[in-house]
This record gives sequence, C-alpha cells and structure tokens, in this order.
Amino acid sequence: MYNAKINVTLKKSVLDPQGQTILHALESLGFKDVKKVRVGKFFELLIEACDRKTAEEKIKEMCHQLLINPVIEEYTFEMGEVK
Amino acid sequence: MRAVVVVFPGSNCDTDCFHVLRDVIKTPVEFVWHKEGNFPKTDLVVLPGGFSYGDYLRTGAIARFSPAMESVRRHAAEGRPVLGICNGFQILLEAGLLPGAMLRNKTLSFVCKPVWICVEDTHTPFTQKTQRGELLQIPIAHGEGNYYCDEETLKKLKDNSQIIFRYCSEKGEVGEAFNPNGSRDHIAGIVNERRNVLGMMPHPERASEAILASEDGRKIWESVCL
Repeated sequence: MYNAKINVTLKKSVLDPQGQTILHALESLGFKDVKKVRVGKFFELLIEACDRKTAEEKIKEMCHQLLINPVIEEYTFEMGEVK
Repeated sequence: MRAVVVVFPGSNCDTDCFHVLRDVIKTPVEFVWHKEGNFPKTDLVVLPGGFSYGDYLRTGAIARFSPAMESVRRHAAEGRPVLGICNGFQILLEAGLLPGAMLRNKTLSFVCKPVWICVEDTHTPFTQKTQRGELLQIPIAHGEGNYYCDEETLKKLKDNSQIIFRYCSEKGEVGEAFNPNGSRDHIAGIVNERRNVLGMMPHPERASEAILASEDGRKIWESVCL
C-alpha cells in the first residue's frame, strides 16, 4: 500500500487571480517579504500496488484522466509506502 | 426538428431551456436524465446551465462521465448540433468536445447581469439567422467563465473563425472594460472545427421573451431550430 500526496497548481503561464488577491492581503497584514502566492489543490490517496513503480504510473494516469486539467494545471506528487 | 435537454444532478436552467424550445420556438423537446446512456436520435442536444455535481473537482469535470455524454459524443460525431450553455459549455470543455478550459472569473466574483455580445461569425447552425457584427443583449451568471486556451489554440480558433461571440459594449466596442470575466480575447462563445458544437457563457434562454427585457437570445434558438 502506498500513500500519495498530490499537489496541483495552475500552470506558470496561467494567471492566478486568487493567488494575487491573497498576496495583496498578506502585504496589507504587514508580510512585506512575500513575493509570490500560488493557490492550488491537494489530494491525498491510499493506493494498492505491487510495487512503487506501478503505483507511480497509476497516479500519473489518474492525474491526467481526472485529477488535473492539463490545459490549465500541473502537478507534483510524493509517495511513501504504508506498512 | 426535435430537441433534447440533458439534465444532470445540479442542472438549474434545464426547465428554462425546455420552456423556450417548447412554448416560444414551438419545437418538440424532451428531457433526458443523465443516466440514460442511449437516448433516442434527435436533431439538437442542449446541455443546460447549472452546477452539475456541485462543481466538484472542477466545473463540468464529473458530468463528463455521465452515461448520457456517450450519446452526446455520438450525436456530435454525426455532425448534428450540440448547444452548451454556461455549465454546458464547461462540460463540453472538460469532455474535450471543445478546446480550452475555464478559470475563475478574474474578479473572483460570481457575475450575474445582462451583457452585450457581438456575433463574430454566422456560418454555424446557431447563428445562421443573425448578421455578422450584430449585437445581442443576453444575461450571464457564472463564477467560472474566464475562458483560457494557449497561444496555439487561440490562433487556430481565429484562423478557423471558431470564435462566435465576443463580449462588447452596447455600441459594439470590444475591450477589457466590457469583458465581465477576463476571458482570453474577450471570448463569450466558440464552436468546434466542424462548427456543430457551440459553447457559450451567456444564457439565451433567459432572453427569449419580451417580458424578460430582451428577446435577442431567441435568434440563436430560431437559427438552430430552423
């Protein structure tokens, strides 16, 4: 069993108005050091697979078919084995 | 001429579309529940507005898996018209029947108001009874109508005259000031390459009777129900 944590964000080429609004809100709170905010989504899932490579392949497939929209979003993920 | 309106859990403009087709345009129309994988042959399929599946994951992302979408795909592949309005447009994008994707409105707010759109091309079943450059006043009501596509897709849309409606002013001026959601190139509606699938954010069913202040939307229904 593997535990996968998937982070989804808008592609760098896509404007993120939510991130910009939050950046401005942080600035008005006095957090002047913040230079950039990107808002995204987080998925955590448990997956059964015979080995790590198979689990990774399955996660990539799931991302491309459903979890992300490749026109506007990109993703990264990390995975750990659950005993 | 027969039409079907596909009803997803969370659709909320289905009855309005049904009413306009049946009572205003006088076209035989029936509802099709999204579970019906094999609905009968029809001339026009309407994917209505609303919040299918509560907009979970992304707008339209789950509706694309509804059994009825198989019939919609077949219908489109046979070259017959599909009209996706608002959430219907979002579903068509997620289903890959139209290129691009929707982002949240630039202002982050839900925008519900009448807007002006300009007819950019009349060579579609949906605009054949309009004039190029004609201005239509039709309401919008959405939080995610900020149409996005990459440069290459935009060029293709332009080269093939697939941009059918653009947001504009009452006088037909196109620009940031008249774009309610930040959509790329002020796009309000596009068709596929074959020109039989139209997605548009404005709601023509809300502007098809004099009592509703504008009848401009009726031209779209009359075009496609010719």
